[in-house]
Amino acid sequence: MTTLIIAEHDGAAIKPATLNTIAAAVKIGAPVHVLVAGSGCAAAGQAAAAVAGVAKVLVADAAHYGDQLAENLAALVVQQVRADASCAHVLAPATAFGKNVLPRVAALLDSSQLSDVTAIESPDTFQRPFYAGNAVARVQSKDKVKVLSIRTTAFDPVAASGGSAAVESVAAAADLGLTQLVGREVVKLERPELTAASVIVSGGRGLGAADKFHGVLEPLADKLGAALGASRAAVDAGYAPNDYQVGQTGKIVAPQLYVAVGISGAIQHLAGMKDSKVIVAINKDAEAPIFQVADYGLVADLFQAVPELVLAL
Amino acid sequence: MKVLVAVKRVLDYNVKARVKSDGSGVDLANQKLSMNPFDEIACEEAVRLKEAGVATEIIAVSCGPAACQETLRSAMAIGADRGVLVESNDVLEPLAVAKLMQHVAAKEGVQVAIFGKQAIDDDAGQTGQMFGALMGWAQATFASKVKIEGGTATISREIDGGLETLQMKLPVVITTDLRLNEPRFITLPNIMKAKKKPLEVIKAADLGLDLAPRTATLRVEEPAARKAGIKVADVADLVKRLKDEAKVI
Repeated sequence: MTTLIIAEHDGAAIKPATLNTIAAAVKIGAPVHVLVAGSGCAAAGQAAAAVAGVAKVLVADAAHYGDQLAENLAALVVQQVRADASCAHVLAPATAFGKNVLPRVAALLDSSQLSDVTAIESPDTFQRPFYAGNAVARVQSKDKVKVLSIRTTAFDPVAASGGSAAVESVAAAADLGLTQLVGREVVKLERPELTAASVIVSGGRGLGAADKFHGVLEPLADKLGAALGASRAAVDAGYAPNDYQVGQTGKIVAPQLYVAVGISGAIQHLAGMKDSKVIVAINKDAEAPIFQVADYGLVADLFQAVPELVLAL
Repeated sequence: MKVLVAVKRVLDYNVKARVKSDGSGVDLANQKLSMNPFDEIACEEAVRLKEAGVATEIIAVSCGPAACQETLRSAMAIGADRGVLVESNDVLEPLAVAKLMQHVAAKEGVQVAIFGKQAIDDDAGQTGQMFGALMGWAQATFASKVKIEGGTATISREIDGGLETLQMKLPVVITTDLRLNEPRFITLPNIMKAKKKPLEVIKAADLGLDLAPRTATLRVEEPAARKAGIKVADVADLVKRLKDEAKVI
């Protein structure tokens, strides 16, 4: 058996989520092959070869992989699976990238997909949460090629160095030419990325307005070196951009410290952050459900408490 | 141009899922079931395409038991022109639903299919992409803005850290993200109108497709509960505990 991982990378380096995915793959027990597809992505291929636990790196370098579009990537992954009769698992991180590409791969292989896998019990038995994390299923896959997206917070990353895998070039699949990338607007963050941050300051509807969301929370995030997050209510109300959203339909995070400010704690929000090591909640409503999961709850007006906290740190 | 909208009947957004005591699944008996919220956004977007003169007909499709007819009526109350229920009482995994949607889309000759990005019951987030793969169509997942003009779609989609814009010739499958639109309120006259719209029922078993589940659910459990913490007296107490007790700052 072999396990094929679709690497998430930027051409030069492997994204941290790929390291968590490799950690999950190692638990399956078969040799781990990492597919790095891109345009001018040799450096990312070398970086993947240095990752602990990787047996082989497959590099597909072609112009039509440069934008990481799902249609072409999925066709390439399927070509690789078919070329390796021993391939029994295909894994990708359950990030915006993996969620976009992987189901397309599964359908082309006529396999089901298991999304957001949180535990590997054996090569065919896994755990995954559903219903916003209110239930956890133990599931057994009967597919010949099992397709899994990996919840990155459930697996500690493997070391990015120490490995010395062979790097092999593989032929590109044909360009399907279905989709063109017109442009990307990626906000350059001064802060750590939400899913990789060790501290997160997150705001909810209690902030009341976009300028207050940023005005109140940013000084605290600056002090703590934290990423900024938000509840769905805050995103819906336009206080924060969509990619700040923590929760069932947003990002799943598990930092060392999660500070929830003005967040009531709907089950959909808790689904995204309840695996954080330490949770602090600041809310003026003592009955808010967020206090049921918070290690430290402070019942107070956030507009007084947060500036006070910034001064005290 | 015909548009297909996929709608799923799920445990209502406001109801907390309870695991059955025998560990066989989540208890849905006597619970409120309604349309998956991302599918409401999909219906709304289709209606806006029709109002803009781009779409000519909106077909809402649901796969599942007879009760899904209610969900199709909701879709028609939002503005879908007719409904198709692909009826089955069996467990349908996303791959099976994608195959059923493929059947309907091919039969109807649709050019645009809109799915929710994720159903809030199984949290799989697969069906739209799987449908795209089976049809060999271009895909735009997690869409936050859709523009269709002269047979070309220009779609902004949510990615980590921002947005990207894709362009593709039709046909295309789109999955909806939160910011795409805000679904309209369903009015009583529209509920009445929806009751008179055509609703076709097809038996899934008659289609000769491999719909068998590939996954056996061995056991469903409640997640380990998080221990309730303490309330701190004030900011100074909080800082002291974070430093000395939790050692996280």
